[in-house]
Formats: sequence, C-alpha cells, structure tokens
Amino acid sequence: MDCARRKSEAGGAQKLDMRTADTNEAALIPRILAGEKELFHELIRPYERMVYLTLLSIVKNEADAEDGAQEAIINAYRHLISFRGEAKFSTWLTTIAINEGRKRLRKAKGAAEDSIEEKTEAHEGDYTPAPLTDWREIPLEALERKELREALRLAVAELPDIYRQVFTLRDMEELNIEETSQALGINTGAVKVRLHRARMMLQKRLVPYLKTTVPARRRFFGRAL
Amino acid sequence: MKLDCKHVWEHISEYIDKTVDAKLRAEIELHLEHCEICSAILDSTRNILVLTADDRTFELPVGYSERLHERLAKELESSGKDSEEE
Repeated sequence: MDCARRKSEAGGAQKLDMRTADTNEAALIPRILAGEKELFHELIRPYERMVYLTLLSIVKNEADAEDGAQEAIINAYRHLISFRGEAKFSTWLTTIAINEGRKRLRKAKGAAEDSIEEKTEAHEGDYTPAPLTDWREIPLEALERKELREALRLAVAELPDIYRQVFTLRDMEELNIEETSQALGINTGAVKVRLHRARMMLQKRLVPYLKTTVPARRRFFGRAL
Repeated sequence: MKLDCKHVWEHISEYIDKTVDAKLRAEIELHLEHCEICSAILDSTRNILVLTADDRTFELPVGYSERLHERLAKELESSGKDSEEE
C-alpha cells in the first residue's frame, strides 16, 4: 500500500483487523457453514465500514446506504455456501454490496430506466489538475481542519457515479486495481482511467482549501512519503 | 526525453500508485526536481488521498454497527429455526 495512504490510529486498527480477518476467514467460513453461525458476526466485523461506504457510493443517501448494507450482509450470510474462495472474501462481499446498491438504484429510478449499470468514458471532460501557483506548503494542521474534511465529503459525493464508485473502492476501501475491476465488472484499464480522473477532479475542487499562507518546510507531504 | 507538465499530470495517479515503469518514473522525478507547479499538484493530490483514507473523513452513522449486528442476530436466529423446522 502506498504509504501516502496513512490512516488515523482508529483506521489503522481496523486495517489490522482486516489483515487478521484475511488469515482467519478461511478457517471461520467452514465453521459457520457447519453450524457455528454466530461466528458470522466475527467474520463480517472488519468489513462493516467497507460495505457501508460501497452502498453510499451508489445510493448516495445515508439511510438507504445503511439499510442496503444490512441487506447485503444478510445476503452474504444466506449465500455464504456459494463463496468458493476464488476471490478474496472482501471482493466477494463488495460485489454483493454493489449489486444491492444497483438494485436499490434501479428501484428508485423505476424499471423504465435501464442504463444505470454502466456508463462509459465516452464524454470528454477536463481532467487536468489545478496548478497551485501561490502554493507554499501544506502543513499537517491544514489536513486536520474540519472544513477540509467536509469539502472532501461533498466533492466525493458530487463526483459522477462511475468515478465515485472507483474512487471509493480504491482510495477509501483500498482494494487494488484488480479487485476493483472484479467488483465493478469493468476492465483494469477503465479502473485506472476513472481513478485518475476522479483524483484530478477532487484535486481541482479542493485546491482552494489546500492553499495556505503559512510557510512551512518544503514538501511536507512530498516525495519523502 | 524531457517531459512537459501536461505529460506529468497524465501520469500523476499511476506515479502515486507506483505503477509507472522505471524509465518514466525517473523522467517524472527529474521533472519534479525543478517544477514547483507539478510538485504542488502531486503533493496536494497525495494529501487528498491521505485525508480520504482517514476514517474520520468518512464516518459511519452513529449506532450503525450495533443496528447491523442486531438485525444480523435476528437473521441468524430465524435461519436456525428454519433448519430446525426442516
């Protein structure tokens, strides 16, 4: 994982949980299927956040995302026997969450509209980043600002759907390119293009918040990372 | 080959993900050595990713986990009953 993606302490702990889960889930799943169903709580715990964020990236409504996350996890339980271990459990679960989100979206938009599944990158747009001409340095304190977090949440919510979904899986949930490709059912080239565009759109959008007049050590978050 | 800024921008995402080949990576780094604008774009993009990966930015609804496990417990209970009935 790129070390630029550092987590808060709480997030780091969750990552550790996920790694532990990676090693434990192969042992847990057969036990659940053999009747120790209470262990499903343990199996799912490291992925609760991931399932919710996946749903939110599709349905864009917190209450619906929570309800959808519950449905997706219950579906995963009901269909656990069909998990063959060919993909990682997290990818399998993400696929279930994506399907649940798309189902909800279809329902919300009505059966008549059938083009929500996939849009392509056919439309051309401006995906160049914004130059920071008066950029000095971005001190750590700037990243702690609440308004910056809020701006980022809003900017992600307003990304076009196909970009927000890739960005969510890659940069929030930290799936790799291949896993993102499998979960969304698109090729890896499309994942890379969408990810790049999403990041550049966010950079452009957030530049006003990232500028600072406080001079600090050059390249604080620079290539040393 | 000497890269211009636009060329660097096209590869910023892959550069961050360390998926550019060694030759291109070296060229980008050479460019970054003397280009403040591209360095700033790179750093600001990285900062956004740092912020994105921070769980405090995208928080879960309060009580989400409790509600989830409560519903799951009901599902596990009823699935048990189903199999008993069978």
